[in-house]
Amino acid sequence: MKVSLFITCLSDVIYPRVGEAMVRLLARYGVKLEFPRAQTCCGQPAYNSGYWDEARKTARTILDAFDESDFVVSPSGSCTYMIHHYPELFKDEPVYLEKSNRLQEKTYEFTQFLVQVLDVKDLGAKFPRKVTYHPSCHGSRLLGVKDEPLELLQHVEGLEFVPLPFAQDCCGFGGTFAVKMADISGAMVTEKVDHILETEAEVLVGLDMACLMNIAGNLRFRNEPVRVMHLAELLYEGVKEA
Amino acid sequence: MSAYKTKGSVKERAELALNDDFLRKAVKFTTERLRIGKMNAAEQHGNWEEWRERGRQIRLHTIAHLDYYLNLFVENARANGVHVHFAPTGAEAVRIALAVAQSKAAKTVVKSKSMVTEELHLNHALQDIGVEAIETDLGEYIIQLAGETPSHIIIPAIHKNRYQIAELLSKEAGEALEADTTILAGFVRKKLREKFLEADIGMTGCNFAIAETGSMVLFENEGNARMVTTVPKTQITLMGMERIIPSWTDLEVMATLLPRSATGQKLTVYMSGITGPRRTEDADGPEEMHIIIVDNGRSNQLGDPEFQELLNCIRCGACLNACPVYRHIGGHAYGGTYSGPIGAVLTPALQKNVAEWDDIANASSLCGACYEACPVKIPLHDMLVYLRRRKVEAGHGKALETIGMRGFGTVAGQPGIMGAAVKLGQLGQRLVVRDGGIRLKVGPLKGWNKYRVAPTLAKRSFRQQWEALKRETANTGQTMDPVVKARMEAILKERAKGGGGRHG
Repeated sequence: MKVSLFITCLSDVIYPRVGEAMVRLLARYGVKLEFPRAQTCCGQPAYNSGYWDEARKTARTILDAFDESDFVVSPSGSCTYMIHHYPELFKDEPVYLEKSNRLQEKTYEFTQFLVQVLDVKDLGAKFPRKVTYHPSCHGSRLLGVKDEPLELLQHVEGLEFVPLPFAQDCCGFGGTFAVKMADISGAMVTEKVDHILETEAEVLVGLDMACLMNIAGNLRFRNEPVRVMHLAELLYEGVKEA
Repeated sequence: MSAYKTKGSVKERAELALNDDFLRKAVKFTTERLRIGKMNAAEQHGNWEEWRERGRQIRLHTIAHLDYYLNLFVENARANGVHVHFAPTGAEAVRIALAVAQSKAAKTVVKSKSMVTEELHLNHALQDIGVEAIETDLGEYIIQLAGETPSHIIIPAIHKNRYQIAELLSKEAGEALEADTTILAGFVRKKLREKFLEADIGMTGCNFAIAETGSMVLFENEGNARMVTTVPKTQITLMGMERIIPSWTDLEVMATLLPRSATGQKLTVYMSGITGPRRTEDADGPEEMHIIIVDNGRSNQLGDPEFQELLNCIRCGACLNACPVYRHIGGHAYGGTYSGPIGAVLTPALQKNVAEWDDIANASSLCGACYEACPVKIPLHDMLVYLRRRKVEAGHGKALETIGMRGFGTVAGQPGIMGAAVKLGQLGQRLVVRDGGIRLKVGPLKGWNKYRVAPTLAKRSFRQQWEALKRETANTGQTMDPVVKARMEAILKERAKGGGGRHG
């Protein structure tokens, strides 16, 4: 059984600790993740900006890299959902269309894999802090990852969960949107962080490093000490602490 | 028409809005109330998702057979004594409406709320031939006094607070009116009553046109549309050619979806179904009735697999209320008659002129809140990407972005080059990293760092650490639970049969 890690760009080059946490957590359940080195980016920046030829170029590296995998696990709902666009990108290329359909079937966002495939909700983690959760748009709305992270958080010992007001609102990242429409994006992330501060949580947890990078950047800009973590990191720390 | 064309780019207009605290507070206050109302109404309904799907199916079916249902509607409306006109363009629709007004030697027209007449700038055209057009929906009346255009599909004056409204109405009243909604609405009611009685023509939009009986249906809360359609001797209705639904049974679904989505109301306060002009046994109604069916770019969407669903829109405004971008910049920043996510797609789609599209499709984070809120499930977030793609394909991409994206394709299209680029970045960033973050405001970091501190590249990427991590975890000796293993094998088997495609 070949289970592969689809690391995603941001977790590869900026937040490798997320990938490490995933690898170590899954190893506890006998899942030995493999890491196909040929993978690069899912192509989302180009796809969303309308540059589909460029998106296809990078999507091919992903399709080839995971061709042999039985299961693919990723720390991002957004990058996972990008694979759902592949059949549309390759509708005129039968070989890659076939690969696209197969990859869509076998790719899981991290919490989906834990809860749906491994049937694990309680990792025996302990994390005695006040935590709030931001559901990223693509993961929750488009991919449909809604209950899994909450179920996982519920089972963490000592964790005090505070709901985030207007949690479902976008943080304002939106890829190149944050650069092209910087002031609108800035207003959105400012509002998101205002809501996070209202909760008085010590930790903000999420499932997508792009959104979390955006939020963490604004928190830091405002000198707010809220710690920002991917759920995999929180669970791994919690497991070590238990 | 140039006088009505908006100026500047979306960015410039958005900046104006972002610096207008009154506007931002007013828009946020009302959209928040409306979207919470909608969410509660959907929840209380119990079977919301099922009805949404029914609504979608009705709209899909109608638009797929639009020629048939339009013909049926027109035949029935004509049999009811309605004068039905077709207007391929906006200019033609205006010409027809003006000709009717002139044939009646009309001096005043009272109007109920209609987005299609806004699209046609019909009030200005009437004014130009000396006919006074009076908006009778409270929000539209306010906007007309202010000399502005609506900034929301159903709440035209959403960007104004009650103090600003009191100021406007006080000017009209010639005395200071208290900023109290009852007092302000009372003033407008009295003022408009005279206008209803003296108007020569009543002009309306159309929420739904029922093909099976040739009837038109209006949804409203203030009772003004009922006045508009019962008092004046002549009625002119302007409707987008896609407003059709097959039957009154279908209307039940729409009447369930529309008010709940728009304002969180279970029922609209007034729902008027009008089947032709006044008959001898009727107590009221117009003696003469015209319906102008407007195309104005709508038929461009027919047969276009990416945009045809735009015609399913029932103009409830739920996507505006759910949109985080709209909440911060309001409707005028979109620069067209229709604002918010639906406007960002509809405006360029109706115009079909790729070269002239500004950045409107870029004013979205693609969060999908619009799609989630839409009572007929129009995938607006996908359509925004299609618009961006069409602009790039037509060669109208921004030069810098095109260079950037080509570079992205080259680097991320080849794992070796990507690895080298990361190494280069890890070295290069030493020049700009301070205190573990990047605060530099140049290039693409300019906008980002105006609101954030940028993160640094990790000293060692995941890829660079992988071999060590692999060795570490290879020795944990943990084996997989046989139950889990069996489940995973079952998933593989299911997939091989072609049945395991959906998960999530």
